[in-house]
Amino acid sequence: MTDLTITRRAALAAGGGLAAASLVGLRAQGQATGAPIRIGELNSYSRMAAFSVPYRNAMQLAADTINRAGGVMGGRPLEFVFRDDGSAPGDAARVAEDLLTRENCAFLAGTFLSNVGLAVADLANQRRKLFVATEPLTDAITMAQGNRYTFRIRPSTYMQTRMLVEAARGKTQKRWAIVAPNYEYGQSAAANFKRLIGNSIPGVEIVAEQYPALGRVDAGATVGALLQARPDAIFNVLFGPDLTAFVREGNTRGLFERRFVLSLLTGEPEYMLPLGDECPEGWIVTGYPWEQVENAQHKAYVDAYRARFNDTPRKGSLLGYVTVQVIANLLNKANSTDSEALVEAFKDLRSDTVVGPVTMRGLDQQSTMGTWVGETVLRGRAGTMRNSRYVDGAEVMFPEEEVRAARRSA
Amino acid sequence: MEPGFLVVQALSGLASASSLFVIASGLTLVFGVTRIVNFAHGSFYMLGAYMAVTIVPWLLEFDRSPWLFFIGVLASAAVVGLLGVAMELLLLRRIYKVPELFQLLATFGVVLMVQDAVLKIWGPVDIAGPRAPGLRHGVYILDQRFPAYELFLIFVGPVVLGLLWLLMHRTRFGILIRAATRDREMVGALGVNQALLFTGTLFLGAFLAGLGGALQIPRVSASGQMDISIITEVFVVTVIGGMGSVTGAFLAALLIGQLQAFGVLIFPKITLVLVFLLMAAVLVVKPWGLLGRPEAAAGRAALPEGILHPAPFDHVGRLIALLAVAAVLVLPLFGDAYVMKVVTEVLVFALAAFSLNFLVGNGGIVSFGHAAYFGLGAYAAGLLVTRLGLPMEPALLAAPIAGGAFAALFGFFVVRLSGIYLAMLTLAFAQIAYAVCFQWVEVTGGDNGVVGVWPSAWASSRHVYLYLVAACSIGAILALRHVLYAPFGATLRAARDSEQRADAIGVDVRTHRWLGFTLAGAAAGLAGGLYAFSKGSIDPTLLSIPMSVDFLAMILLGGIQTVMGPLLGAAAFHAIKDAVMPLTDYWRFLLGAAIIALVLIFPRGLGGAYAALRARA
Repeated sequence: MTDLTITRRAALAAGGGLAAASLVGLRAQGQATGAPIRIGELNSYSRMAAFSVPYRNAMQLAADTINRAGGVMGGRPLEFVFRDDGSAPGDAARVAEDLLTRENCAFLAGTFLSNVGLAVADLANQRRKLFVATEPLTDAITMAQGNRYTFRIRPSTYMQTRMLVEAARGKTQKRWAIVAPNYEYGQSAAANFKRLIGNSIPGVEIVAEQYPALGRVDAGATVGALLQARPDAIFNVLFGPDLTAFVREGNTRGLFERRFVLSLLTGEPEYMLPLGDECPEGWIVTGYPWEQVENAQHKAYVDAYRARFNDTPRKGSLLGYVTVQVIANLLNKANSTDSEALVEAFKDLRSDTVVGPVTMRGLDQQSTMGTWVGETVLRGRAGTMRNSRYVDGAEVMFPEEEVRAARRSA
Repeated sequence: MEPGFLVVQALSGLASASSLFVIASGLTLVFGVTRIVNFAHGSFYMLGAYMAVTIVPWLLEFDRSPWLFFIGVLASAAVVGLLGVAMELLLLRRIYKVPELFQLLATFGVVLMVQDAVLKIWGPVDIAGPRAPGLRHGVYILDQRFPAYELFLIFVGPVVLGLLWLLMHRTRFGILIRAATRDREMVGALGVNQALLFTGTLFLGAFLAGLGGALQIPRVSASGQMDISIITEVFVVTVIGGMGSVTGAFLAALLIGQLQAFGVLIFPKITLVLVFLLMAAVLVVKPWGLLGRPEAAAGRAALPEGILHPAPFDHVGRLIALLAVAAVLVLPLFGDAYVMKVVTEVLVFALAAFSLNFLVGNGGIVSFGHAAYFGLGAYAAGLLVTRLGLPMEPALLAAPIAGGAFAALFGFFVVRLSGIYLAMLTLAFAQIAYAVCFQWVEVTGGDNGVVGVWPSAWASSRHVYLYLVAACSIGAILALRHVLYAPFGATLRAARDSEQRADAIGVDVRTHRWLGFTLAGAAAGLAGGLYAFSKGSIDPTLLSIPMSVDFLAMILLGGIQTVMGPLLGAAAFHAIKDAVMPLTDYWRFLLGAAIIALVLIFPRGLGGAYAALRARA
């Protein structure tokens, strides 16, 4: 227990209390004392640790901050039960059952991989329990396979692709090449891109498409095939080790010279840090330039995070923090842990978070949390973003009639 | 297409081939001498990369010279070689006498442990290594720019091949390696110090894997997923080339390198499956790979691994079986919801494991791809329910039919082979099935899978579904058990023990094996269908390699020499996994350690340990 007090004190000293105070407003001050509200949080802590460990850290930070300021629902502390989802739907379904039955969790949150997210969402629907899908990006979770009990926090593949495509407005490049990892995320990003790019640049022609297997890009062959098609511009969806290999090969062979590049997720610290000084310049990316966000609440969270974990925040940290803020607000609003009450309260719920206001659109149960779009640039030996701007998710959500059509057929 | 592009694309293929060969040569050498299919070879590759991104930048601090870069690479490989020696001394040496499959399981335990050790030591963030000094630039070839480092890599493969040739033909150590590859027992009988030979071979094999990993750092970043992504590819290379043949591995690597370089132009979406299609095609035409030889021991009467004397239940055994069934039946009255869930899964896995041991223990047909039939059964059931709107009952009937039908189709080719090549062909078919489920998005939902596979209303409560699973699973196990004791089962055992003798007394070996394979596939399919309805979803992980490995782990833990052991193994394995997963983020390390401990403590499996206990009593 001593460890806990020390870290808490450190966080407090660094101004974590500030964020909490602004979060819960004038609610009664003082440590939460009532029966804890348990939330089952399952994620790929083992296999996707680069994302999920900063995510869990930020969740703990946010929960501690809220609890110290009086908790939720008039004095009850938030308690997260963290579990590994085994990165497979079969394991995740068992862990979810465990959290709901043996751990007495009021509801579920988390998951990373889209197939795991969808399986847990369906299980939540079957068991009539709330599921806050945080990270899975697949459009299906709020569209064709959306259900009453599943709400997603993070901007979806469609939303992030649309942000990038909007950023390409006014460009003149007509010949585009697409490179995407060969699984659902990559395929649907490519499909969304093909659908939307015509709105920004009329008369676009897709001259090459490459779909290397996830985690196994043959960079030489892929870059060769793209060069051969002589595109004016490239839409990239690769990330992680695939991206590093692709960028290195592309830099050496001049693939990115005089070419306009749109790239999903590349500006997130998780994927930018490993690129090091090979980070290409001038790409338009979605990402998280945490050091450039000028917003008092956000700064307080960054300071508290850095003080407590001795590390810089990642995109996962931001998502974890925002998720806890939204959940706390939801519990206060519903003032109940009954699933039906939570679902009704969650629809169109507006929460104040470190990224600003986030609304859970009732129609497709997708939050309006946005992300930053900007241009990559090298500063010293590390990449970052410049001219970045926070795009509110509300601007790029699926059109309402499309949601109705998709969710009706589900 | 212009010639410049074709040349450069071919060079890219050569560079990949060269890297692949360096790694594959190590695996093929180790297999040739020790007969161990070393899953941990991919881990050595990953460790090589991690060592290099640690050692090389440190060396380059002194002087950015190409020499220091390559010294760093060689030093990293040497460190990995020593880790290989450690694995041989601490683990493999203790289990050379146990069935070969057990060694495979132990190396899989090492894979799990290394994954988490790497996560702990180097952290979760990918680490990009430095570029090679002096080789950062591109070289112009017919107007196309090509990385100088890859030109260099193209030469590494042939140089390694040449050095290995010299080692094999000009040194005593190499000659012993060749002799042991040809006939391991004979080498031992002639008084060669086998322990030293094996340790040396493991050093060489791990060194080559580490070298392969270290040489990659200017191209790819070191990441925790490198091991699994390389190991299947390297298996394919060694199998196509012929296990134990270094030259064969070289040819196979060239073939695969070019196939991928040009495959991405023609079929950008199916690169995942291209290499496995090639492997299946090669094995159907050349059952021992391009340059492999039939196993020398194949004609010798050796004591086979598997069920030797399928003893019927004695009194104690019958009592235990009855108690186990009774426990399952009364459980819903006492157990909580979660325990019921776990028991349901154990029953499903017990059926899958029993059907696998029907092949492995009874038929000597070692399948590395049994999850394919499990998964295809699940897909058949799931798709019928969600796409055609059929109720659960006909869908559950369709599951074993689908599993059996695909087992019949794949089995037709599989039963023509034997030993490790047979195992690899089952793996290839499983990967092809996996890729189809993964890629055929319109029908299978791709990697997202399909959700909404829930039981009919009457069976939707956990209690009723548990009883349903128990009835199907125990019924199917009893039926398979009956077949095992029937003349058909005995015929399969005869064919396993000596194909020639079985043939000589008029048994149609191939047809019997084929029917056995189909039957086991059908049982696995039923298990898959039951699993799908218990989870509510289907997705490609059900057909994946880790799932197949789980099944193998279950039967090995249970003991492949015993009839009922696999059931025990399924329960034990699932219970261990369920117990360690919530404990820590490093649960894979614990799972791996538990597997290794069980292999060391119960080298005949839990069932074998029980049989020994009974024999002594």
